Amino acid sequence: MSGSNDLRSVDVVIIGGGPAGLSAAVAAHEEGCDSILVLERDNCLGGILNQCIHNGFGLHRFKEELTGPEYAHRFVRRVEEEGIPYKLNTMVMDVSPERVVTAMNRDDGMFQVQAGAVVLAMGCRERPRGALNIPGCRPAGIYTAGTAQRLVNVEGYLPGREVVILGSGDIGLIMARRMTLEGAKVKVVAELLPYSGGLKRNIVQCLDDFGIPLKLSHTVVDIEGAERVKAVTIARVGPDRRPIPGTEERYACDTLLLSCGLIPENELSSACGVRLSPVTSGPVVNESFETSVLGIFACGNVLHVHDLVDYVSEEADEAGRRAVAFVHGELGPAGAGQRDAAHARIAVRATGGVRYTVPSTIDPVRMADKLTVRFRVGDVCQDAYVSVYLDGERVQHRRKQIMAPGEMEQVILRKADLVGRPGLSSVTVAVERE
Amino acid sequence: MTYDVIVIGAGVSGSAVARELSRYEADVLVMDRADDVCCGTSKANSAIVHAGYDCMPGSMMARMNVRGNEMMEPLARDLDVPFERTGSLLVCTSKERLGGLRDLFERGAANGVPGLKIISGDEARAMEPQLTDAVVGALWAPSAGIINVFLLNIALAENAFTNGVDFHFNTRAERLWQDEGGVWHIRTNNGEYRARAVVNAAGVYADRLHNMVSATRIHITPRRGEYFLLDRTTAGYVRHVVFPQPTELGKGVLVTPTVDGNTLVGPTALDLADDQRDDVETTQVGLDTIREKASENLRDLPLRQVITSFAGLRAHEDRHEFVLGHVEGAPGFYDCAGIESPGLTSAPAIGEYLGGMVKDDLGLSPKDAWVQTRTGTVDPSLLTLAERNELIRREPAYGQIVCRCESVSEGEILDAIRRPLGARDLDGVKRRVRAGAGRCQAGFCSPRVMDILSRELGLPLEEIGKRGGASRIVVGRTKEVQGQ
Amino acid sequence: METRRLTCINCPMGCQLEVTVGDGGKVVSVTGNGCRRGDVYGRKEVTNPTRTVTSTVVVRDGASERVSVKTKEDVPKRLIFDVMDVINRTTVTAPVHVGDVLVDDVCGTGVPLVATAEVGVR
Repeated sequence: MSGSNDLRSVDVVIIGGGPAGLSAAVAAHEEGCDSILVLERDNCLGGILNQCIHNGFGLHRFKEELTGPEYAHRFVRRVEEEGIPYKLNTMVMDVSPERVVTAMNRDDGMFQVQAGAVVLAMGCRERPRGALNIPGCRPAGIYTAGTAQRLVNVEGYLPGREVVILGSGDIGLIMARRMTLEGAKVKVVAELLPYSGGLKRNIVQCLDDFGIPLKLSHTVVDIEGAERVKAVTIARVGPDRRPIPGTEERYACDTLLLSCGLIPENELSSACGVRLSPVTSGPVVNESFETSVLGIFACGNVLHVHDLVDYVSEEADEAGRRAVAFVHGELGPAGAGQRDAAHARIAVRATGGVRYTVPSTIDPVRMADKLTVRFRVGDVCQDAYVSVYLDGERVQHRRKQIMAPGEMEQVILRKADLVGRPGLSSVTVAVERE
Repeated sequence: MTYDVIVIGAGVSGSAVARELSRYEADVLVMDRADDVCCGTSKANSAIVHAGYDCMPGSMMARMNVRGNEMMEPLARDLDVPFERTGSLLVCTSKERLGGLRDLFERGAANGVPGLKIISGDEARAMEPQLTDAVVGALWAPSAGIINVFLLNIALAENAFTNGVDFHFNTRAERLWQDEGGVWHIRTNNGEYRARAVVNAAGVYADRLHNMVSATRIHITPRRGEYFLLDRTTAGYVRHVVFPQPTELGKGVLVTPTVDGNTLVGPTALDLADDQRDDVETTQVGLDTIREKASENLRDLPLRQVITSFAGLRAHEDRHEFVLGHVEGAPGFYDCAGIESPGLTSAPAIGEYLGGMVKDDLGLSPKDAWVQTRTGTVDPSLLTLAERNELIRREPAYGQIVCRCESVSEGEILDAIRRPLGARDLDGVKRRVRAGAGRCQAGFCSPRVMDILSRELGLPLEEIGKRGGASRIVVGRTKEVQGQ
Repeated sequence: METRRLTCINCPMGCQLEVTVGDGGKVVSVTGNGCRRGDVYGRKEVTNPTRTVTSTVVVRDGASERVSVKTKEDVPKRLIFDVMDVINRTTVTAPVHVGDVLVDDVCGTGVPLVATAEVGVR
């Protein structure tokens, strides 16, 4: 292990070799950066896409429908062809505010790299049973949908034969179909909310196709089984999301899958002082995907949880390019949490049913000609309008037939509109009735 | 063969007795119905080393508690078990009940508890800033502490094993009798065992065994306690064990740091029926109760950081007293029953007391080469960079993180499996080295830990369980299980 | 005349379609679609619904014991489980590359089964 005075330096260190990290790496390379290091904790690149063997990826990016492994492969091939360096089976243990990245693997031991810029691309994890406060026994047979997905699709094992699924997030819906195709019986999908958190196409193709009932406003109130799950009881919930006594239904089963939300995996980020949004649990970033810590960028599901990998790639491309710009001194010394005289920081406000936006601040000088601002709504809204205000003036007003919390929305801001307004203090994104 | 001593139950007190007996020349066996040590009451409790002020003076509980507390620090050092003497605060929120603090103080003094002090609400808040303004006084007990309860149990058993004690798991004592020669016979699901002496450390089932051999009767009520475990991001929320004032049902809902940096909140107290001795499920009512009670004394309790909830059973004997030692009409049979709180604290003392009693009765002589210490698994986070790299050079598996939430390497997991009385299932690995104990609750690492277990134990993946019995994780291979 | 309500699955928009089917099963109209693909989907879904089937296939001598696969194009929805039968009986020997054809024609659909991931030799 070398001392801190002879640290190896790398221009752009990317933490995570999933879709975000790979996109960022390829984009940084295309930007002319030849000092890149991707650090991936798993034994292959591609991240969670490797276990998402269903189709539906790439319609925006590649104008064709790919499976997860195929989508990942396109980027992995680029990384291999361009000879972008990466390390597998390597866990990043720490990132310092000075961008010293400490990582570890079998071959190198624990090592440190001085990064010119860091791109956080660690992805997200699933909310476990404990965090859901589901009472009952704690037997084997309770899995997050993603764990089951890995067991079935990568390891080739069936976790159970008779399944109840709590949560209608996309992975849960996808796993309802996967388990069914592999010979299991999926008895019901229960969703706490009055609407599904998953994409519509998944409800149609994964549940309706196989006659699997989706029970909205239902939750699990008991789990039976000392060693392995024997039964799961679900009940209807009221508007307060508390179970209504007398509405219990018991399902004999050996498996409970949980698809109840994803949490950006930001332990490294927060240890490094990166400011997180209480809404997304991801870093607060500016138009350049730069966090509150200078030279540390974030993209993908560690930033905010996406439903479409295409958007992950798009954002990660930009994060990768901006990281290179930072290394080349072209980005100016401003993190999202800071303000400096040369660059006006305009806050992006989320109101009227918009839960958050990414980015949450914009420097009009640094922004590209067009900037996509992505957001989610807090509740299902039908026949509503998405509006953008520059200070008090409404500059966009677009009708949407339906918006749901499970589906990410976007507006596109034009640089010309922003730089043309000296003194502009805020951009507001709102959902309006009319 | 006829053992000299069979200990029924590989919980913390059974293991402590076995370790004490391992000092002597004797054939000792510990049997347990589970597939590992620490699978019953010992695994699900507050993990607190109590000071001993709340036991009635003169009681066995008081004696064992104070002695156990005194023994814990050197024992934890010998056995390489994380232990911290944090001290505890028992807080009072009404002027009318301040007298209760005084009563406990005096009881503690009578029990020989060192350093007790009654402090003001402000003094308490200076020590624990999250205490609410309603706190008007507190009993400060500097000798209280926190311990890794799994590792204490595991270390006691490992050390006993190293010193020649046999352990038979998946072995349930079903019937006991004594023949004319005074030899005890134990019928189990694994055949019959014989011993000159039997120690009944069967937890919530100890009354059943006792009542099989004696006309005297004891009765144990399984008293369930539910808990919340909070993420390690809450480390430092409290720095001492914070108790409310006790009630008839127990010490109340406490909030405590754990030695691993989590925050533990609980327990509730609910008496279950005699046939509910394995009912460790959590309930909506129980979880709601914890939320409500825990917030009575503390501000901003970060309950959004809950990573898991669990429940354990206390073996509450009707007289609320440890039942230790000889049993009328059953020479050679020793009770270690009714071990509820402060049972964990008392375990070393119970081991010393009961082990000593059995040794004297059987006339056992000390071993020449008794190994007093045990070395735990390496905690790489305590190593310097150079030490860590040396470890990885020697054993590259220490460079491969398997559990990302708790930063547990493959090397640690291999050690957990390969060491004496090693782990055989996911829970066993979790209790030994914390893989799967973190915020994702094994979502990420369980397939990987299963692979390692499968490889190390030479078992197909389908045989790997969460714990023993039918707790298998997968039911078969895809492409092979259709239509079955 | 019969009107069927469908959720369009072509994109995450999930447009709510109303497909009116005339006597003789001919589609009279599709409404509610936000784009042309919705019209195509609506017509097809009531006359000849199709799906891409994705699963895994057993790999011999591979670094991994399963490789992910898909039907290269959609197959009739009613054949999903027949396709699964074929998939479950198919094995392949490593190495496997993305796009490798593992079955030329699944269930007489004319659609091949292709690998969607790389598996090296063990």
